[in-house]
Amino acid sequence: MANKIPRVAVREQDAKLRATNFEEVCYGYNEEEALLEASRCLNCKNPRCVSACPVGIKIPQFIERLLEGDKAGAASVIGEDSSLPSICGRVCPQETQCEGSCILGIKGEPVAIGKLERFVGDWQLESGLTTPPAAKNGHKVAIIGSGPAGLACASDLAKMGYEVTIFEALHEAGGVLVYGIPEFRLPKERIVKREIERVKALGVNIETDVVVGRTITIDELFDNEGFEAVFIGSGAGLPRFMGIDGENLNGVLSANEFLTRANLMHAYDKEYDTPIYVGHKVVVVGGGNVAMDAVRTAKRLGADASIVYRRSEKELPARVEEVHHAKEEGIVFEMLTNPTRVLGDDKGWVRGIECVRMELGEPDESGRRSPQVIEGSEFEMECDVVVMALGTSPNPLIASTTASLETTRRGCIVADEWGATSREGVFAGGDTVTGAATVILAMGAGRKAATAIDNYIQKR
Amino acid sequence: MFEIIEKRELAENIFLTRVKAPRIANSARPGQFVIVRSDERGERTPLTIADYDTEEGSVTLVTQALGVSTRKIVAKSVGEYLADVAGPLGRPSDFVAEPIEEVRKRKYIFVGGGVGAAPVYPQVKWLSQQGCEVDVIIGAKSKDMLIYKEEMAKVASNLYIATDDGSEGFHGLVTALLEKLITEEGKKYDLCVAIGPMIMMKFVTLTAKKFDLPCIVSLNALMVDGTGMCGACRVTIAGKTKFTCVDGPEFNAYDVDFDEAMRRQGMYRTQEQRAIAIQREREAGHKCNIGLDK
Repeated sequence: MANKIPRVAVREQDAKLRATNFEEVCYGYNEEEALLEASRCLNCKNPRCVSACPVGIKIPQFIERLLEGDKAGAASVIGEDSSLPSICGRVCPQETQCEGSCILGIKGEPVAIGKLERFVGDWQLESGLTTPPAAKNGHKVAIIGSGPAGLACASDLAKMGYEVTIFEALHEAGGVLVYGIPEFRLPKERIVKREIERVKALGVNIETDVVVGRTITIDELFDNEGFEAVFIGSGAGLPRFMGIDGENLNGVLSANEFLTRANLMHAYDKEYDTPIYVGHKVVVVGGGNVAMDAVRTAKRLGADASIVYRRSEKELPARVEEVHHAKEEGIVFEMLTNPTRVLGDDKGWVRGIECVRMELGEPDESGRRSPQVIEGSEFEMECDVVVMALGTSPNPLIASTTASLETTRRGCIVADEWGATSREGVFAGGDTVTGAATVILAMGAGRKAATAIDNYIQKR
Repeated sequence: MFEIIEKRELAENIFLTRVKAPRIANSARPGQFVIVRSDERGERTPLTIADYDTEEGSVTLVTQALGVSTRKIVAKSVGEYLADVAGPLGRPSDFVAEPIEEVRKRKYIFVGGGVGAAPVYPQVKWLSQQGCEVDVIIGAKSKDMLIYKEEMAKVASNLYIATDDGSEGFHGLVTALLEKLITEEGKKYDLCVAIGPMIMMKFVTLTAKKFDLPCIVSLNALMVDGTGMCGACRVTIAGKTKFTCVDGPEFNAYDVDFDEAMRRQGMYRTQEQRAIAIQREREAGHKCNIGLDK
């Protein structure tokens, strides 16, 4: 009667308190809670959760190990398919993946797979268990970008014996895990840095401050530095803007700028030199996870913060948990609302934003009901900062400096399901191929490419 | 970590720092810049590349110490390290990729104002090495504030100096000197390149326009990453938004919305910092022509 136990609630920092600090929101399960929650799993013969996981983690098996008290065993089951469990346990959209397919969810609440994965991942980090570097096979591979795709690809190749160097453009490794996702959702010192240390312990070399395409080109990596294959995991870092009037007023920022200042540059910490301008009233335009991260960061920095999104709450692309947390923290949601221009004062600073109300029309080809403007519904919202969180696209720097590397119209690198690109020896995966997506998909693409790179080099 | 191998003060608050950065030295071209972080807690600060030496594996940076971060950078001595130097960033100057016969047909006039003389230098050096004829104007408030005079004299066909107070060379602004060269001395130029404070570039552009002289400027916008990620460096070029870090830093001067660019530079200037800056300017006897002191 395992399924009679209600889903074990996860302890969280009080909403009022956490809206004023950057400490992690969710405390996760302790061992007792994790075991109780693990006991709810029905260990289905045909586990729907596994097929719903983008990388096919053997979920019932790791939960079973956990129940048996074999945490190391649980970690190694997860490790077969995922290299970043403590991160994915925190940031995966479980409600549309594993947990969304859990049979228990049909009548009640699904098993908290994400929280269990996080428990196992954190235990593994705490335990300090690392895999010793493998015997070197004498082949060199270069990885561009140290985000989830690059880290996953690098660690798999290192385990096979390759000499791997990751080139990172910024001064710190981690990519979006460091510059994008905020501390309160993904702790940097406790989780991200440790995951990166684990990758380094495998013998992976990380060289920061190298902007591939500028500091060095892919051709030079092959010709001058002896790399036999290159994996591009440079993400989707180029911010989009709306193209409306007033977008270049002082006080209009991309979510990337706002979050990079806060996360990577620690602008919220007085010990660091980077400034951040928060103002009194912040409007964040967009409805994805990045929009939620930006609006909750603004709130924590002391501003009144609102989301403006052109569709209804049901269509918000953000994880349900983030929307729920944002509401608890006092974020205002202006749904079915679209900005038409940013209003400035006589000194060129933002003083407000003009919006229109929207209604949902007929479903379009994608099945989503497309928003339409309600005529004459213009109104002004007062604010002094506008953050645009409208999605990002891949940075063209690498594609534009690498001969015969095919890209799509939207600037994504064309790669097959194993990451092979139009250029021999060059592989790619993650957001730079798919456009902005999730950590787990990028991680999965990095691992697949590692297998493909191994095949490619061994056949040469 | 990037070791400092030379450091000297070129003028009050303007420092030359040469650092070991072999990868950057290898790939740097005229017109590009780097992002520097002094230490673990420092800001990412864009600095122009004043020179690069492939053999030594070094790049030379020139920094005007105005704010917290630039002061931290110049406070480091020889043998110490800068935490990060990333680059070369931005697109090289157009002439680097143009057919050299075409470039040689042009007569260039460069205008470097204040610390802007430093990024002008590698461009003039490159062009003169390719056998191009290049005249250069460097301007400063006074004789003591002139930088890169000797270096420039070696590579420029003709070097002209302008000082606001007349303590050396032409007495007046670089714009007046440019106008004088064209009207009174009958100089004919095909392309003007101006690098310096935004306000200077705006007025050089207006002067160039009077003579239908094509003009290029190198914008020094605010930046965080310098790789196209944040969009802090947005500028309006011919009515379209561009990122200075990846689309620039050099743009056709006639297309630049200078007033917006100047306004955006002030985005993170807090009231307090602003007050300090204005005070310092006043003490130096500078009267702000664009009303920033009001």
